[in-house]
Amino acid sequence: MTTTTHDMSPAGGLPSRRHVRVGDFVFQGVAFLAAALATVTLGLLTYKVVAQAWPAIEHFGISFLWTNAWNPNTNVYGAASFIFGTVVTSFIALLLATPLSIAIALFLTEIAPNRLATPIATIVELLAAIPSVVLGLWGILVLGPFMEHHLEPWLQSAFGFLPIFSGEPSPVGVLPASLILTIMIVPIISALCRELFIRIPRDLTDGSQALGSTRWEAIRRVALPYAAPGIAAAMLLGLGRAFGEAIAVNQVIGSQVAINRSLFAPGDTLGSRIAGQYQGATSGLEVNSLLYLGAILMVISLVTNVVAQLVVSRFEKARRLN
Amino acid sequence: MSTAELDPRYDIRVPSSGLKRRRRTQKVMVVIAILSALLACAILFIVLGSVLLKGISQLNLNFFTRSKALFGQEGGIADALVGSALIVGMCVLFAVPTAVLVAIYISEYARPAARRFFQTALDVLNGMPAIIVGIFIYGLIVVGRGYSAVAAAIALAILMLPMVARATQEVLALVPRSLREASLALGVPRWRTVYSIVLPTAIGGILTGVVLAVARVAGETAPILFTSSVVTTNGVSFDVTKALQTLPLTIFLNSESPSTSDQAAAWAAAVVLIGFVLVMNILAKTFAGRRRRKLEGG
Repeated sequence: MTTTTHDMSPAGGLPSRRHVRVGDFVFQGVAFLAAALATVTLGLLTYKVVAQAWPAIEHFGISFLWTNAWNPNTNVYGAASFIFGTVVTSFIALLLATPLSIAIALFLTEIAPNRLATPIATIVELLAAIPSVVLGLWGILVLGPFMEHHLEPWLQSAFGFLPIFSGEPSPVGVLPASLILTIMIVPIISALCRELFIRIPRDLTDGSQALGSTRWEAIRRVALPYAAPGIAAAMLLGLGRAFGEAIAVNQVIGSQVAINRSLFAPGDTLGSRIAGQYQGATSGLEVNSLLYLGAILMVISLVTNVVAQLVVSRFEKARRLN
Repeated sequence: MSTAELDPRYDIRVPSSGLKRRRRTQKVMVVIAILSALLACAILFIVLGSVLLKGISQLNLNFFTRSKALFGQEGGIADALVGSALIVGMCVLFAVPTAVLVAIYISEYARPAARRFFQTALDVLNGMPAIIVGIFIYGLIVVGRGYSAVAAAIALAILMLPMVARATQEVLALVPRSLREASLALGVPRWRTVYSIVLPTAIGGILTGVVLAVARVAGETAPILFTSSVVTTNGVSFDVTKALQTLPLTIFLNSESPSTSDQAAAWAAAVVLIGFVLVMNILAKTFAGRRRRKLEGG
């Protein structure tokens, strides 16, 4: 298909057909090799991470997932507290980021005049550009003390009856880690939502308003249901980012092997434990166990991303059919 | 007009009463949306403000010309700047040509099935946490050969590849079909069409993508931690087969130190890193804006 298109070419000054074939063959070959290299890298990556973890996978088996331990003295390791920390911090971040991001996207698409929407969208995008290590630094030295002296005491006095707000306020812990993750995923989710909202067919919301709805009712009952699968995909992509963040979380979560009910208490996540411990690891089994954590994180990220892709492609297909 | 079935997802019933309450809800929602946008902007300015406030007073010529301090001396980031520049430079060399070729293959050559396959692989690679890429290169290169700037560059290149490939694909899709068809109709082979017609048209967009990707990977810490963290050389070094100091790692290690002078060094290094990242982002924005105006004007 690629070469036959040139058959009608005039003769004068053009490369011979054979020449054309060779050039295209080589160029396509090189481009194919690059694409193959990227794919092989991905395959090798999955293999290598699992292979490095294999001694620990063989030693501890699947019960590693629900064992809550990290003890270099007895050489017993388990992932339970890190999986718990990863899930709790990421879901709190998602819970806070989703309404915030939808509101920002609605502001940018429905309320703000163009003149204002463009710079504000840029500012929100720049939030995503802050390197995680800088956000973590800010998290330890600015957000942490603020949490300890202001936000956490206030939460305790207002909602102290909830076990998640019990215990001593502290500058490091699950709550600051969740807030840092929220800051990281808001720009991602809001940018995706903005693109979704721009593409909502105007006649749908206009129709709803023509029937007497207020603008908000048109958005809540027509626009948001229309965009719901896309919002779900955006949330999943944000969640995937939160699951995988290691550095900033490591800086603010306080790195402790524990499952606490209180969000003020320190904890640890899969990524954060790997980042914090691998140089201090003393035995081979401890290193392998850290890599086992890595393998778990890799699988979680893979699943989250693939599900997000599936939701997106379904949504696109449905939209095209409409 | 066909008989329109109402999509069950949508609720178009209009309440017959409570107009006042409904209008109030409308107003409240507008206020919430405005406040949310303000909050996001405020957080950016608070973070930038604290970094500047705490870091800028540490910046002086010595800070840029001296290397990491041994005990008790006043240190600087000369070695980290050189290390970061070398690592990111090598990363661009590895990642950008590959990424552009991958994008050309997917957009210009691949059949639908192959396109879907490679696209999925790229998307999955894009979603891979940076720390996992770090572990991978640690096992692949560092175990046995030791820490090195090259290993760090390869790790960062794996992160950069899907970013640049995605950006390239997006601009390739914008190049008008008529340009390609005109070239092919003149008998120009497909590869020459890509090389002399499509790529020059898309180059601005590709550059924008590269600049943004550089800004992203320059701040990545997790892959560096596994590839270039145990630094044995003192002072500025250009030996990329050994581990080199980098800006992100300097910030990371100093940020967790209890000593206030270490923390001050972390803030100062953060000013430099965030300054670089912001400049790159603004540069990319200007690039993109100018290109858009040119397209619209032309």
